[in-house]
Amino acid sequence: MCSGRVDLKHVLRAFENGMDGVFIGGCRLNECNYTTHGNYHALNVVLLCRKIMEHLGLNPERLSVEFMSAGDGILFAEVMSEFGKKVKGLGPLGKAEGLDGDELRSRLAGVIRLVPYIKVVKQEKLAFRLENPEAYDDFFTGDEIDRLFREVVSYYIDPLKCQACMTCARRCPAEAIISARNQVHVIDQDKCLKCGTCFAVCPSRFGAVRKIAGESVPPPLPEGERTIVGKSDKEVG
Amino acid sequence: MTLVKKPRYIVESKCTGCTTCVEYCPVKYPDQFNQEISMNKAVHIYFAQAIPLVTYIDESCLYLKEKKCRICEGVCKNNAIDFGQAAEKVEVNVGAVILSPGLEPYDPGLREEYRYGEFANVVTSMDYERLLCSTGPYQGEVLRASDRKHPRKIAWLQCVGSRQVTPGGKSYCSAVCCTYAQKQVIVTKDHDSEAECTIFHNDIRSYGKDFERFYERTEKLPGVRFIRSYVSIVRENPDTKNVVIRYATTDDGVKEEEFDMVVLSVGLNPPADVKDTAGKFGIELNAHDFCRVGPANPMETTRPGVFVSGAFQGPADIPESVFSASGAGAQCGELLDHRRGKLTRERIYPPEKDVCREEPRIGVFVCHCGANIGSVVNVPAAVEYALTLPDVVYAQEQLFSCATNSAREITDMIREKGLNRVVVAACSPRTLEPLFRDTLREAGLNQYYYDMANIREHCSWVHSKEKEEATVKAKDIIRMSVARAGHLEPLAEFDLPVNKAALVVGAGVAGMTCALSIANQGHEVHLLEKDADLGGMARRIHYTLEGVDVQAYLGDLIRKVYRHPLIHVYTGAAITGAAGYVGNFVTTVRSERGVTEIKHGAAVIAIGADVYTPGEYLYGEDDRVLTNLDLEERIAGREERLVNARSLVMIQCVGCRQEDRNYCSRVCCGESVKNALKLKELNPDMDVYILFRDIRTYGFKEDYYREAADREVRFIRYQPEDKPRVEAAGDDDGRSVLRVTVTDPVLGNKLEIDADMIALAAAVVPAAATAEVAGLFKVTLSPDGFFKEAHVKLRPVEFGTDGVYLCGAAHYPKYLPETINQAYGAAGRVLTLLSRDTVVASGSVCGVDEKKCMGCGACISACTYGAIEFRETRRGSKAVVNPVLCKGDGLCNARCPTGAISLKHFTDEEILSEIDAAAGEGIIH
Repeated sequence: MCSGRVDLKHVLRAFENGMDGVFIGGCRLNECNYTTHGNYHALNVVLLCRKIMEHLGLNPERLSVEFMSAGDGILFAEVMSEFGKKVKGLGPLGKAEGLDGDELRSRLAGVIRLVPYIKVVKQEKLAFRLENPEAYDDFFTGDEIDRLFREVVSYYIDPLKCQACMTCARRCPAEAIISARNQVHVIDQDKCLKCGTCFAVCPSRFGAVRKIAGESVPPPLPEGERTIVGKSDKEVG
Repeated sequence: MTLVKKPRYIVESKCTGCTTCVEYCPVKYPDQFNQEISMNKAVHIYFAQAIPLVTYIDESCLYLKEKKCRICEGVCKNNAIDFGQAAEKVEVNVGAVILSPGLEPYDPGLREEYRYGEFANVVTSMDYERLLCSTGPYQGEVLRASDRKHPRKIAWLQCVGSRQVTPGGKSYCSAVCCTYAQKQVIVTKDHDSEAECTIFHNDIRSYGKDFERFYERTEKLPGVRFIRSYVSIVRENPDTKNVVIRYATTDDGVKEEEFDMVVLSVGLNPPADVKDTAGKFGIELNAHDFCRVGPANPMETTRPGVFVSGAFQGPADIPESVFSASGAGAQCGELLDHRRGKLTRERIYPPEKDVCREEPRIGVFVCHCGANIGSVVNVPAAVEYALTLPDVVYAQEQLFSCATNSAREITDMIREKGLNRVVVAACSPRTLEPLFRDTLREAGLNQYYYDMANIREHCSWVHSKEKEEATVKAKDIIRMSVARAGHLEPLAEFDLPVNKAALVVGAGVAGMTCALSIANQGHEVHLLEKDADLGGMARRIHYTLEGVDVQAYLGDLIRKVYRHPLIHVYTGAAITGAAGYVGNFVTTVRSERGVTEIKHGAAVIAIGADVYTPGEYLYGEDDRVLTNLDLEERIAGREERLVNARSLVMIQCVGCRQEDRNYCSRVCCGESVKNALKLKELNPDMDVYILFRDIRTYGFKEDYYREAADREVRFIRYQPEDKPRVEAAGDDDGRSVLRVTVTDPVLGNKLEIDADMIALAAAVVPAAATAEVAGLFKVTLSPDGFFKEAHVKLRPVEFGTDGVYLCGAAHYPKYLPETINQAYGAAGRVLTLLSRDTVVASGSVCGVDEKKCMGCGACISACTYGAIEFRETRRGSKAVVNPVLCKGDGLCNARCPTGAISLKHFTDEEILSEIDAAAGEGIIH
């Protein structure tokens, strides 16, 4: 396992658990013993997460990444003592930032739910190899992250267009689409990962899946009113 | 052969390396490993990475000297001390011998002028190396001997004991010092960014792979100066103990400057007892008292069956040593192949129980590690605590969990208590996890049901002064480990069959040498050559600096290849497809034999390199301007116009050591010196000039450089920003000449040389097919476009992709003997694979839950091993992992949005359970 295995979800989970600081240690940059250079991935996760923390009102200094080799025992000790001191100085998570415990928990839970979406949207940037340390801070910007959360998309199946062909339901990686033959399909917004697969696979002649950004998703049809009358047999074939 | 084994006074099988004895030993004496800068004990481990990691007792021991003390015996809880041991004679029958006695650093005490041992702050580079090291005398702090203060201003003096013909010095170049000094400067600047570092040097010999970039990086650091000058150490400042050195530069003349510390970049000498070694093994030494090696095969000694590897061949750095180590191994293999595997025994394990449907029943074993853990962490309290954790049904303490009897205790308890998961709370999994996994297998459990809680390195060793907190932390670590253990899954390590044939791509000297060595060890080899004839670049080389007749050598090699019944040669070959993985490749080749599908277990890439076609210095416009290779061909053909030339100018570094090709082509300096000597031999009156930036005749090649200078070959240094100019002109007699204008490095005025011919040391560039071959075999390239080895020092003939190997100029330009070193080296690595019937693939690899896969491809772009591909299904593209290619880094897992792909043994569930357990009660304040 490489430091690049560290998932955004892992870091956020630690904070959700009330940890006051998170430290990620990786090998020295450019000294990967393999061909992966996964420590750059770890770096990107940290840079992204620090901006997310700012967005949540948390002090980003609570998250740190350092790169060193197994021979750098002294350096490791120094870095850890320094970080420990810093986190102690920052005070308890949330409280120090003036955030109420419940409020913080719910904000964190909200972001954790969006981790799959964040990975989809930031896929290319997360795999980037950022060589210049001066570019670290602006790699992800506060505006970018604020916009990311402001413009979170949702997917919605237009009951007037859905032909109940089951394509989206079969392809949904989260099994979030409630479907049956002759029944207008409905996305379970609680399960939905916002990956956009349904939007991509809905046959273009139907165009039933809508991408909605910045507004609320219309309520689903009540269960009793989802039956499609007449043409469904022909369409599904 | 009779060997004498000196007594260690320690029973290796009992010693666990806990070092309690070291703590109690009353004898302090200068630590040999740390250059006697700091003290160690009479009983100690030689150095932190020693194998085996156990102690030994030195002759400074009180008991050995005066029959007193024996404290260590009292404190060793494992009864590992044995003063009854005596020197032991061991007789072994061997079929071959490899000599690798290494080197001896030059002793600057031999020459008074270095003031080593006289001035406190003059140190050798070996001393300095230890000072920089975190396991060194001051734990990685660089301190001066005179006042234990950090030196700010440090000077390195190069060529100490090397490139000297005066008494007490060595005439050859030690080959490694330029780069190691640069490394020391970089590490010094890492330690202290304010440090001022000055390197006083002659030529900078950055001839190795990536060394030129490294040199440039060092040079660009703030506060770093490179000064080309001879220096003398003048005096010591009596108050500050600073060292004053005198040097001269062309701009400023003679200057004196004071430094806090002076590092002598000492050279490499033959081992101290080399004459004795040579006598015992009946081998000859060369003029410098290194091993006399075969002129073409540098692993060969003068005695058949006795081989040599490492710096005993002559000064060499780590990759070179690794080439020859593996290469000497391959040559022993050729002699002894008929006995391969005769002394091996197979381990038999009991059948594995299927416990995956059982509820977790976790056993926790907490190790005292003698006093290492037990004197800090309250082990009984940790055991008590473990018993309160969910799913833990058994816990106990152990004195040393790694001792044989303790391992047996673990297997017994697994059976007796019906444990199906085991946690050992002890040291780092880095060293002992394999042992404990094996313990589980012995008890019939899947080895992945094991987890290791590190309460030594992560706890007792770093919190030895905070015992109570350390115990709390140990409990935390155990709780995390137990939480994870509950989620562990059994994983299968599977055996893949190994096809016993090898494919060698490229039939130059590298490819043919490698192919022959593999075939001589009983394996079929398919040897591909793109041209109609074998030989590659060597076909254009006629002689070496050391005097080998290359064409005769090559002819012999080609004959051996064609006559070998196990080698199948494909000329005019092109690879049209390559598929498969370690042990099971399938490569499709179109050649003069038609289209062939070759199945093979290993592949060696030996496609060589090309020569740069210069656009500089009228090359291609005027037929009197040649490349070094053209010149060599004409020398070999004794071309009249050449032999009768009055004057010939060679220009070095054409097309490399510049921005677009930022590397040194390594072989050109030696080639030019070689050609210059030949020309002087053919026509002693010819004026031969070599215009150069640095002459990089490293190692014993330095002798030829000196010989050339003695024979009045004129060496003129030029600066890259003021390159020589060449134009066609007429001389005073009206003769048509090439006029070369170059700045005199000392006087600064322009020199005009009228040359009849010009030879350009054209860069060696990656072979045209490099990128294509890299793509086919899924291997990577270095920034300069040559193939990139798995690890520059430790695995220099392998790729990161298993089963694919590398040798020759495809890796980097190199001389013929170096190519042969590496070609045998690659053969040695190939044999470690092909001599096995199966390879084991790790169980900790990635797998895909297809239903969750959205087909976004994030995992595919994250995987540098090409282990993930799309598979088209009715439900769209789905990622699929080839577990054989997966190395278990888990980048794909972290990139996957939907959690479809996961790294087994490090699943989100397992990691999150540890994170949750770390939080304990888990509350936001």
